[in-house]
Amino acid sequence: MDNLLLMLAPLFSSKLLLVLFFGTLFGLILGVLPGLGPTTGGALILPFTMTLDPLSAIVLLTSIYCAGTYGGAITAVLINTPGTPAAAATCLDGYPLAQKGEAGRALGMATVSSTVGGIFSVVILVFFAPILAQLAYEFGQPEYFALAIFGLTMLASIGEGSPIKNLIAGAFGILISTVGKDFMTSIDRFTFGINELTEGIGFIPVVVGLFAMSEMLTQSTLINQIFNRIALKAIKLPSKDDYKKTWKTILRSSGIGSFIGVLPAEGGTVASLIGYSEAKRFSKNPEEFGKGSIEGIAGAEAANNAATGGAMVPTLALGIPGSATTAVILTGLIIHGVRPGPDLFREQPDFLYGIFGAMLIANILFFIFGFFGAKIFARITLVPNKILWPMIFAVSVCGTYSLNQSIIDVWIMLFFGVLGFFMRRYGFSVVPVIIGLILGELVEGTLRQSLVIFDGNWLMFFTRPIALTFFILSLIALAFPLIRSRKFKKKNDKV
Amino acid sequence: MKNVQKQKRANKSLPFFFRDEFKVSLVIILISLALLITTFTFDIVPPILNRGIQPATFPKALLVLIIIMTLLIYYLATKNPWKVEKKLPRSFFLTLLSFVIFVVVSKTLDFFLAISALSIFVSYCWGEKRLFYLLLVGIIFPIIVFIFFETILGLRFPPGIITNIYYS
Repeated sequence: MDNLLLMLAPLFSSKLLLVLFFGTLFGLILGVLPGLGPTTGGALILPFTMTLDPLSAIVLLTSIYCAGTYGGAITAVLINTPGTPAAAATCLDGYPLAQKGEAGRALGMATVSSTVGGIFSVVILVFFAPILAQLAYEFGQPEYFALAIFGLTMLASIGEGSPIKNLIAGAFGILISTVGKDFMTSIDRFTFGINELTEGIGFIPVVVGLFAMSEMLTQSTLINQIFNRIALKAIKLPSKDDYKKTWKTILRSSGIGSFIGVLPAEGGTVASLIGYSEAKRFSKNPEEFGKGSIEGIAGAEAANNAATGGAMVPTLALGIPGSATTAVILTGLIIHGVRPGPDLFREQPDFLYGIFGAMLIANILFFIFGFFGAKIFARITLVPNKILWPMIFAVSVCGTYSLNQSIIDVWIMLFFGVLGFFMRRYGFSVVPVIIGLILGELVEGTLRQSLVIFDGNWLMFFTRPIALTFFILSLIALAFPLIRSRKFKKKNDKV
Repeated sequence: MKNVQKQKRANKSLPFFFRDEFKVSLVIILISLALLITTFTFDIVPPILNRGIQPATFPKALLVLIIIMTLLIYYLATKNPWKVEKKLPRSFFLTLLSFVIFVVVSKTLDFFLAISALSIFVSYCWGEKRLFYLLLVGIIFPIIVFIFFETILGLRFPPGIITNIYYS
């Protein structure tokens, strides 16, 4: 009961309500604009959060996360371009349905299923995060090392694209985290005599570079692309018939999305693809998928929004991000002096339940904004790239510079922008780099401290049951893509 | 799907050193080797002070892992080639050039001027020819951002020919 009251606290604070209002609005705008999204937006807004108290700052970031994930659906339905990668599966049926003159119905279903998925995942977050945090009390350095390794191998297993390329990107992210003074011995590593590098490479220049600047370069290759926009008259709430058809799909996808979200991988993107394919598998009319199936929209949208709450579970309980955006939120927590983990649940329940409550309210707010304002948000996509991207560049440069007031950070951002462009061009996802960067210190720190505890004996890792379980799970995660591709090959051979 | 297979076939017809998988793998391996050599220049902690592993050991292990995995993706690509990527358009190289211009101008002249120059240059190269919009993205918007960061975050931008006038 006390916790429920703590969750409702944001409703009674005019400041938090204002932050939620602007966060949701800003998140929706970011989600609607192709190429931007909650990860880039969160990274850009991080410097501004320094003017806020910790709870308001994290509420702002989480509301951007929830609303940004939904916002991608508006562009997916109306211009067949996902506003965020998580909305890619929504294009498959959203756009064909809009072409049939039912854009309002498609967006109505996307809005309802996103809201249900989002609220479902907050419930999961409220129940499971404290349990996971309780379990984390049993964790020592070796267990945290094994857990971080498991998190990284999951990138190979369920992340998008080639598993080995994802692992290379993850290892590269960890390598970036080793730049600067070694935390145990203060010996310089990869600083190349540059003083500014002794403090290491900051998270914000890397994130803004890999997401915003690389996207700017991608957009520069698409300046002649013409979008076929479909006019939206008004959003329609789904009919009784639509609800009958989709309620099971929405619940199933909400469960799938929450589960995928908990696993450290690409969060909403993978969740929506699995949610969509499962919706097709269980559908009575699978032939309608790809031609404007209302179930397809519900399956993808419920899953990607359900991943938001799921991804917050390991972020808050263990300090292990469940997605790229939660890595930004984790950085926000650290910047504001909040250390995620089991102690946070014991010492600051008001802070935590405030975040849970804010996420719940953000899901309701984006429903209202989406329902009444989708037509206006859709118009934002009319801003031409030749105007929009130079403006984003100005904000990115000032935002990156503002954290440490260092011009080197801006150059690092540009370097990662170019690198991110070529990584994406050749099929390397940039998300594992972010996860690797944020987990890097944990991986190396826990490994070295464990070896000190074990007196240099590596085999001792396998004498700890929890660590051993995570290592076995890591092996399964590594073997999973192999098994999956063999199964796929066999299936193809049979056909 | 058919298009991807066509692009893959086109890639297979190229000599191996022209294929993307070869060029990408080579670049990753060369950079990793250079960094691996760098790790041998890291200071060594004397045994009496050393707890656990040396500071160079962890990055060394990571780099070896990256090299092994890169060799593996190259080996797999010989069986299943990557698709040929489209040639990059002129606008991409101009945008890349604008990044270089930004670095040079921000280092030598002024940070604000660099943002302004890049914004106008990119907007123009991407097809914006209307003067009002060029002024909007190149001058009006950067001024708004500049003042916003300066007043809200109390940020002090690096000295330069324009920022010096503002601060004086």
